[in-house]
Amino acid sequence: MVSSRSSASPHPYIPATGADRARMLERIGVPDVGALFADLPAAMRDPAIDLPPALPEPDLIALMEEHAGANASPSRPDFLGAGAYRRSIPSITGYLIGRSEFATSYTAYQPEISQGTLQAAFEYQSVVCELTGMDVSNAGLYDVASSTAEACLLAARVTKRRTVALLEPIHPGTAEVVRTYAHGAGLGVDAISSPEEIGDEHACLVAQQPDFLGTIADLEPLAEAAHAVGALFVAVADPFALGLLRPPGDAGADIVTGEGRDLAGPPNYGGPSLGLFAARTKYLRQMPGRIVGRTRELADGNGGGEERTGYVLTLQAREQFIRRERATSNVSTAQALIAVAFTITVQALGPSGMRESAVLCYQRAHDAASRIAALPGYETPDRGPWFQEFLVRGPVPAADLAARLAARGIGAGLDVSARPEPEARDALLFAVTEATPDAHVDALIGALAEIGGEA
Amino acid sequence: MRDPGPGVADFGARLSFDRGEPGRRAVDVPSWAAEETPLPDDHLLRDSVRLPELSQGGLVRYYTAMSARNFGIDSGTYPLGSCTMKYNPKVNDTVANLPGLARAHPQAPAEDIQGTLRIQLELALGLGELTGLPNVSFAPAAGAHGELAGVFMVARALEDRGEIETRRRILVPDSAHGTNPATAAMAGFKVTQIPTGADGSLDRATIERELDETVAAVMVTAPNTLGLWENGIEEVAGLIHDAGGYLYGDGANFNAIMGRVRFGDLGFDVVHLNLHKSFSTPHGGGGPGSGPVLCSEELAPYLPTPVVEEGDDGLVRLVAPERSIGRLQQFQGNAAVLIRAYAYMRALGLEGLRAASGQAVLNANYVRALLHGHYDLPYDRPVLHEVVFSGSRQRRELGVRTYDIAKRLIDHGFHPPTVYFPLIVEEALMIEPTESEPPEAIEALVDALISVAEEAESDPDTLHHAPWTAPIGRLDEATAARRPVLRWQEDST
Repeated sequence: MVSSRSSASPHPYIPATGADRARMLERIGVPDVGALFADLPAAMRDPAIDLPPALPEPDLIALMEEHAGANASPSRPDFLGAGAYRRSIPSITGYLIGRSEFATSYTAYQPEISQGTLQAAFEYQSVVCELTGMDVSNAGLYDVASSTAEACLLAARVTKRRTVALLEPIHPGTAEVVRTYAHGAGLGVDAISSPEEIGDEHACLVAQQPDFLGTIADLEPLAEAAHAVGALFVAVADPFALGLLRPPGDAGADIVTGEGRDLAGPPNYGGPSLGLFAARTKYLRQMPGRIVGRTRELADGNGGGEERTGYVLTLQAREQFIRRERATSNVSTAQALIAVAFTITVQALGPSGMRESAVLCYQRAHDAASRIAALPGYETPDRGPWFQEFLVRGPVPAADLAARLAARGIGAGLDVSARPEPEARDALLFAVTEATPDAHVDALIGALAEIGGEA
Repeated sequence: MRDPGPGVADFGARLSFDRGEPGRRAVDVPSWAAEETPLPDDHLLRDSVRLPELSQGGLVRYYTAMSARNFGIDSGTYPLGSCTMKYNPKVNDTVANLPGLARAHPQAPAEDIQGTLRIQLELALGLGELTGLPNVSFAPAAGAHGELAGVFMVARALEDRGEIETRRRILVPDSAHGTNPATAAMAGFKVTQIPTGADGSLDRATIERELDETVAAVMVTAPNTLGLWENGIEEVAGLIHDAGGYLYGDGANFNAIMGRVRFGDLGFDVVHLNLHKSFSTPHGGGGPGSGPVLCSEELAPYLPTPVVEEGDDGLVRLVAPERSIGRLQQFQGNAAVLIRAYAYMRALGLEGLRAASGQAVLNANYVRALLHGHYDLPYDRPVLHEVVFSGSRQRRELGVRTYDIAKRLIDHGFHPPTVYFPLIVEEALMIEPTESEPPEAIEALVDALISVAEEAESDPDTLHHAPWTAPIGRLDEATAARRPVLRWQEDST
């Protein structure tokens, strides 16, 4: 609320009072605040602008609750996945990243008072390397899709080739972002349906694990196919599934990207996300984004000769603020706080919890799928072993099935019936995770049975 | 913020991996009680994953100790130039965490997500009003991502004009953020650097000489990184348009001009804003941010996917513009940051946003007035949101670098200003107080800077080894880069 009293501060976020302003203006030697804007073109200054009126905090909260209430209920059964999965996030994750020393800081340009951010980023890099089986990780990029696009640009730089290959089924959002970046960089993009289609014109082969339709891929033959033609192999892996699945690094990946958002907190309508980016050491100096390194205090510093351990942003000669138009990427601010959240969740789960959660997710999803497949009129066509997502074909067309579920207060899986894969014909893609309550699965089974009875 | 004391003196030496004990755990995972499905073949699985094993309390203490070794806006004055480290209102976090908003799934159909989309629509309308550029996409995750969107849009428009083969150059001032030339290069353009004139604005003669049929765009930060208004930018916009190019605006410094002047009125074709700066969302130690891109009618068909619009049926939807450059993220941008920015806009209204830009500019000029004479001021004219001093005299006469001055400021309880940027100012000290600092905090900051300047004369060695009171002293950055240690290893301690 903007106060009408000229002597008061204009808003709780702006501390200076009228008396403060008068004193400051006098010291500066100008009559009023408007005079400080004298350089702006006079004819365009202080234009008419139509904004809704200011709200005091209680009214603002009420308005936002109203907006929140206009979304579907957050507690209704919902089986959407397709790139964003509801996970069990430990309470400590949100609590710890809420600490304002983390949340209200910025890029660690002054390492002496940014050790929290830097050490947490080092923890993040360590965790990503362990999960992916890679040598080095950066401190995180925007999201899985832009990370994968950056991986393609890296591959084009190091192979000096001008086309990248995406193995279907890959998330359409990832494919589109790769195309956006590739077009800008003058690179071609081939969507291929078999690794046999890769050739020596390709800078890299990109494959998703599990793939867009939920199937677990055997990455090793893909890596071999890419390497046989001198291309890099880029695995786009779900880090949660890597609690159970073979690390892509072991299978021969040169770069691993992934989406960290699901392990950091609620879906937040898809953002902020967190783009994982890990690679072999030989690509370290080609990597985009911030990288944190471990070092010691300078011997001639003031540490009393202890030379304690600390962390710094490093290998900055790759980055835009040093290298400008010759940088490996333009990335500056990314998703540092989300990387901390991701790290805390993974570390809270620990070695046993990561595996147990992934197994629980697998079991819950397979149990739900087999219950659906047992319903008359339903099938769950698969394309091989799968992790947490499965195709459901029902007695009515896919869009109709989704609409009938919605009418029963259930969010259906994504309609993938337009995809080319034969298993996806007339199908919805359902996700069931370790965080899906039993009652939601029961409600789904009940609703599907009912819909089957109507058809 | 202080050293945790003896016993944990080398806090950084022990990572989570070194602090755990086998068998400890921070959370329980329910076991699966029903019938088990066999797992996939072994060759698709991993044997184990190497991660720390900490108790819940142990993990919380470890991260709390880490946070105590960090400085945020809530810790104290953080005058980091070009970064707009203003107070982050807590109500913004409260409302962004409302379950109905936070748990919204990115694949949700439009009718299930009207609350979130209505927030985005109203924010889009508000930003359109404030910038005079009514077409917006929230796809970019951060400022540099917004720049990429803008430059890709320019490239697409040139393709449609049949001029992409000939217009290969983007003009960028020498005072620009490094992201500007890096972005231009990612879109395949050549960068031509434009010098800054003696008044701190773009050198007009160079611009006029360079503008020709090979120029795609000019990228201008307004106000610029010296904290100064680009004098005559509206005329430069006309020259660029006459030459067939586009004017790109880096809106990183929008905090100075909110409600005062509009990019669209000045002739900018496309701009990005940094909502984490001007609209007060927490910077998170380096993100998440949000870098929406806004543009004129001419460039609107090229905006990144998606854009938000209201249909005749009253339903708000996300749609792909007709000639869109495509997606920049898998989903639709940093939605939770947009909620915070919207809450900020609604809390202040136009009068409040004008009060914010007015106070931000008043505060920067107050710094300028109080510090005048103690440090060099290469561009000595009234400033907008920030002021760039120089430590070149201290360097030349006393052998004290701006680096030393910044480190010593830490001992006075302040986060240092941005240093060594913009590159055109030697030993630059770029100070942006923002509107959320009260005068007494500004006076304390200036007193500290003056005291450091005096100490530079009387006791330069104290500065050379500063900071003395931080959780850790100066670190060996050269070795960090030469022999990189980038992850925990069993033997790394």
